[in-house]
Amino acid sequence: MIDTLLTHAPILIIAAPLLTAFILPLIDKVSTKGRNILALCAVVFTLILVVMLAQDVIENGIRIYTLGGENAHMALPSGYHVPVRITLVVDALSAFMVIISSLISFVGLLYSFAHVKGEGTGKFYTLFLLMLVGMLGMEMTGDLFNLFVFLEILSISSAALVAFYIRKGQPIEASIKFIIISSLAALFVLFATGLLYGEYNLLNMGALASEINSQTGGLTLVSQFAFILLLASFSLKAGSAPMHMWLPDTYGEAPGAISMFLVAGTQASLYALLRVIFTIYNTALDTSIIGGLLIILGLVSIFIGVTMALIQIDLKRLIGYAAVAEVGYILLAVGVGFFELAQGELSEYGLKALQGGIFHIFNDVLDIGLLFLVAGAIIYLTKETNLNKLGGLARSMKYSSFFFLIGLVAVAGLPPLNGFASKILIYEAIYKVSPLLSIIAILASIFMLAIFVKIFYSVFMGPQLPSLSNIPKTPLLMLTSMAILSGIMIFFGLFPDYIVDHLVTPAVNALVDNFTYITSITGGI
Amino acid sequence: MTLDTFGGYWSPLVWLLAFIVTFLIGYIIWGLGEKRHKTGEQLKPFISGLAEPSKKDVHIQGGNVYWGFTESLKEYYKYATKMHTGILNDYILWFIGIAAIFFLVIILPGVL
Repeated sequence: MIDTLLTHAPILIIAAPLLTAFILPLIDKVSTKGRNILALCAVVFTLILVVMLAQDVIENGIRIYTLGGENAHMALPSGYHVPVRITLVVDALSAFMVIISSLISFVGLLYSFAHVKGEGTGKFYTLFLLMLVGMLGMEMTGDLFNLFVFLEILSISSAALVAFYIRKGQPIEASIKFIIISSLAALFVLFATGLLYGEYNLLNMGALASEINSQTGGLTLVSQFAFILLLASFSLKAGSAPMHMWLPDTYGEAPGAISMFLVAGTQASLYALLRVIFTIYNTALDTSIIGGLLIILGLVSIFIGVTMALIQIDLKRLIGYAAVAEVGYILLAVGVGFFELAQGELSEYGLKALQGGIFHIFNDVLDIGLLFLVAGAIIYLTKETNLNKLGGLARSMKYSSFFFLIGLVAVAGLPPLNGFASKILIYEAIYKVSPLLSIIAILASIFMLAIFVKIFYSVFMGPQLPSLSNIPKTPLLMLTSMAILSGIMIFFGLFPDYIVDHLVTPAVNALVDNFTYITSITGGI
Repeated sequence: MTLDTFGGYWSPLVWLLAFIVTFLIGYIIWGLGEKRHKTGEQLKPFISGLAEPSKKDVHIQGGNVYWGFTESLKEYYKYATKMHTGILNDYILWFIGIAAIFFLVIILPGVL
């Protein structure tokens, strides 16, 4: 039974939430409690499968699942020389990402049970599960066309959820911005996919990587152009500055749990960017130019993110700008890692930079996610997002203020929480490339601390404002969701070596070693 | 509990021990302090006999924090806030502009 589940885990991980998503509106007609239980069962089942699959992949290597072939584990069924069927490829990096997405979906779902009330909640959970499907699909797909398909599923469901609560038209405006930006990025991805298909007759990423990396005389103009389209699109979707403007608009208007889920969605786009750079193109690219571009994007994101966050007076927009800065840290670290990947061999500090960057993907989702959950609870209870109209909430929201404090310490990169563990890896590794990069990164963390101290002070401290003296208690499920995230953050902070050794390092090795990825698909053709 | 970094290591255990020791020293010093402190009437603010303003009036709002910092950087913020217009066309323009820069940096050196 367990073996069969594990064999079909890659497709079941996508199929379970997908099928449940379309059953939910029917169950909703009969029982809202039944609908919630079914949605929770689907997410828990997915999470269990993800953990089983991740453990298997980290211990035994890449797992391939080919749809429609006589054997699910054969990438080249029926005597074909190139993979033509839909293939799911799960290596340690994919496993790392699907753990993040499924964990966040579990926490987000619990939170939403308390947060989402009123009409249309059945559709909310359908869209929520479709969002999860989009993310998981992006993180496990082995071909570029399905990457586009899952990106579209993620974008459309996210846009609908951003506009779920209609207040003065603002969520609708944010949603329209999001869907247009996402569609533009997706069309660029489709165009790039078409270009690569025209050039190589291939859609499978492993087979494409094999062709591109075995070319003599450098990359063709078409494949370079396709790379630029993919780089620009996924940078946009990852929220990299100066293409980040949609991000605070969207995060600021979405319901609390969806803002957190959107953070995981941007990380899925970041994953796609890493896949394109490291797996498909790898050293066929000029590593110093691409690494340099990523470093610049990272620095610009950090700088614009923290400075713009400092002047915000809307609670969730402020956290949105902080999320831009956090993406900057990841890009900076990954850029240094790629910069160092000159001959397919990483220097020690390049490896540490990548470890810091990949670890920070998880930490970013946890830290910013927790802050969004607390912000969602504040807005839910006070109906207020303006920092100037909030104050003294620590008296009535004791637990939430404690969880916010944990998020604050983590996102500012203060010891002993998880944010510090990944940031110290980044600081020390990038110092080797240029001490200036480290100085900027550390200064930005100090800024981040200042920003969140400002929120903590203006929202939770000070005298109790008369208008906020009679707010109701925070629902238990909201607090439970925050407690789960906080617990994980404390665990990651206290045992960073365990996470780095068992999750991050295998993911980094899978990212750098595209040869294993290629040979697992093509068998070395 | 020890994470190897490039330049050394990070041990949360050592940090926690240091934190606990520092906290205990601080707590002992605090315990040796003034014993005559009382709660209640003593805690009320005294403003030269004037009436205490309402809580709402004395609250320092979020927008006031770091005013000096943002004021000294107002030239930068003038540009930075202008950049964030909220208009979708501008967002797309930035995207196209960055894609064009990528094109110039990645393709052009090989073509020329």
